[in-house]
Amino acid sequence: MTFLRIDHLEKSFGANRVVKDFNLDVAQGEFISLLGPSGCGKTTVLRMVAGFETPTSGAIHIEGADIVGQRPNQRNIGMVFQAYALFPNMTVAQNVGFGLKIAGAGRAKTDARVEEMLSTIGLEGYGGRYPFQLSGGQQQRVALARALAVRPRVLLLDEPLSALDAKIRTSLRAEIRQIQQRLGITTIFVTHDQEEALSISDRVVVMNGGIAEQVGTPFDVYNHPATAFVASFVGTLSILEGTVKSKAEGSVQIAGQTLTRLRLPDDAAGDDKVSLSLRPESLRLDRRKGDLDLAGKIIAADFLGSVIRIQFEYGGSRVSLDVFNDPTRPPPAVGGSLTVHVAPETILVMRR
Amino acid sequence: MKRFWAWAAFLAGLAYMVLPLIGMSEFSLKMRRGVYSLDAYASVLNDPKFQETFAFSVTMAIFTILFGVLLVVPTAYWVRLRLPRLRPYVEFITLLPLVIPAIVVVFGYIRLYNTSSWLPMTGSTLGTNILLMFGYSMLSLPYMYRAVDTGLRTLDVATLTEAAQSLGAGWGTILARVILPNVLVAVLSGAFLTFAIVIGEFTMAALLNRPAFGPYMQLLGANRAYEPAALAVIAFAITWACMGLIQLVTRLSKHTRVQN
Repeated sequence: MTFLRIDHLEKSFGANRVVKDFNLDVAQGEFISLLGPSGCGKTTVLRMVAGFETPTSGAIHIEGADIVGQRPNQRNIGMVFQAYALFPNMTVAQNVGFGLKIAGAGRAKTDARVEEMLSTIGLEGYGGRYPFQLSGGQQQRVALARALAVRPRVLLLDEPLSALDAKIRTSLRAEIRQIQQRLGITTIFVTHDQEEALSISDRVVVMNGGIAEQVGTPFDVYNHPATAFVASFVGTLSILEGTVKSKAEGSVQIAGQTLTRLRLPDDAAGDDKVSLSLRPESLRLDRRKGDLDLAGKIIAADFLGSVIRIQFEYGGSRVSLDVFNDPTRPPPAVGGSLTVHVAPETILVMRR
Repeated sequence: MKRFWAWAAFLAGLAYMVLPLIGMSEFSLKMRRGVYSLDAYASVLNDPKFQETFAFSVTMAIFTILFGVLLVVPTAYWVRLRLPRLRPYVEFITLLPLVIPAIVVVFGYIRLYNTSSWLPMTGSTLGTNILLMFGYSMLSLPYMYRAVDTGLRTLDVATLTEAAQSLGAGWGTILARVILPNVLVAVLSGAFLTFAIVIGEFTMAALLNRPAFGPYMQLLGANRAYEPAALAVIAFAITWACMGLIQLVTRLSKHTRVQN
């Protein structure tokens, strides 16, 4: 059952079309992420849902009613901003209670709801503080509580974690998801961080150049990218260039070697130029039955803690491979030769 | 040696400022022959004309401040929020009172709003007072606008507005509950400057023939010996009190005590 429907949404600033024919159906209680590089139109879509931008054309329905004509303060949509946007002149409690006060809720009701929200975000006893007395993470939690206090129909999160440091970002991310699931609130989250989007969402919308390139579960988007852009934007990817040798055998000629049993695109034919995409985690140092072998020269070995990312040259391209750190085995030496193994079905082949 | 010259320059500057003040204050205490007394102050403060003109000017100052806040805060806010391209022009307009002498403006007013014009504001006391208030507002515009605009600069006006809107607030609520409280210190410093300007203003009040404090000071200065000095000290004290109040309010403002 569709709760929020975005229908053929378009937005142009002068001659610049920033959102092109954007369509999305969101179910009640669903957590959707809009993921894409800066300037892809994701924030503009969010701002149109919030009412801060007017669409050039298209419709936005919530529970069947078109809200495009409504002003932002009539929509009952909560929003959390990257810059927190807490009111500096108000205490935490006054910030959280602001929307309720506007709505004319009584003092007792407001106070009770503020207490409830502060306990939801784990900031009981902080009601009397001013925003400047809180850390960035705490401020953003207050902003979340403020947006949720009025029981909005939809919650919009505009890169809410971008201004925070890495550790807080990860913990607050989990907290947001937990609160969202507990309250069952329909949420749209905008981010350019793919890890954030994949870890938190029910579904991810990957956007590029104003277009939704793919809508799907994090698992689908990562493992079965619909376009070359999605494949390269979501996750780390090594791309090799080759030529189709035989459609029937699924073989591709690359660096003087023939790789077989690949899943070729349906419309691929012999001598077609194709690109092969490899995820770092699908390459292995140990061989399993049916694996293809790729041999090359190590050009970098980066120690990342739990993981060592090895880069080697193969067919004129740089290929990445992740292996778990083993305290008994130091990273391989740069310049040495290396043979890695990969299951052919994990290689993504696309026409160039 | 360098230190010596620095101090010498500082003391010379201080003497240049302070000596006339000391001289004036000393003179104001000499009304009674041979001894220091506060007779001149008593004479000024007991003068019904002083009370009358001072009360008039204070009232005018309060209305000027109220009008200034109602005019400048929404204007500066809207320019920052929606019309940032117009900012240089608006700033230019607010600076005009510094380059157009008050006497030019007041002659313009008298020509435009005299009793035989289409809007005869000078025809009644109330009308003239309103006209004078507009004049004062214009004179204080450079200070008021600059103060408020500087205050707004420290805020993320656009995001705060959107946050308030998403919580259901309309324009009036946003201005009154979110924007104004956050620029209150700036508004107050603009208000005290306005107060000081209105209290000391002579040209407009004199030419519109209103019983303000400025013309009273001038009248006293032309006719008495010791009282003008006492009056000057009193006026000076009022200005300093205003400055002190700006400082005090800035410090007492809770949420700006530590800026993040």
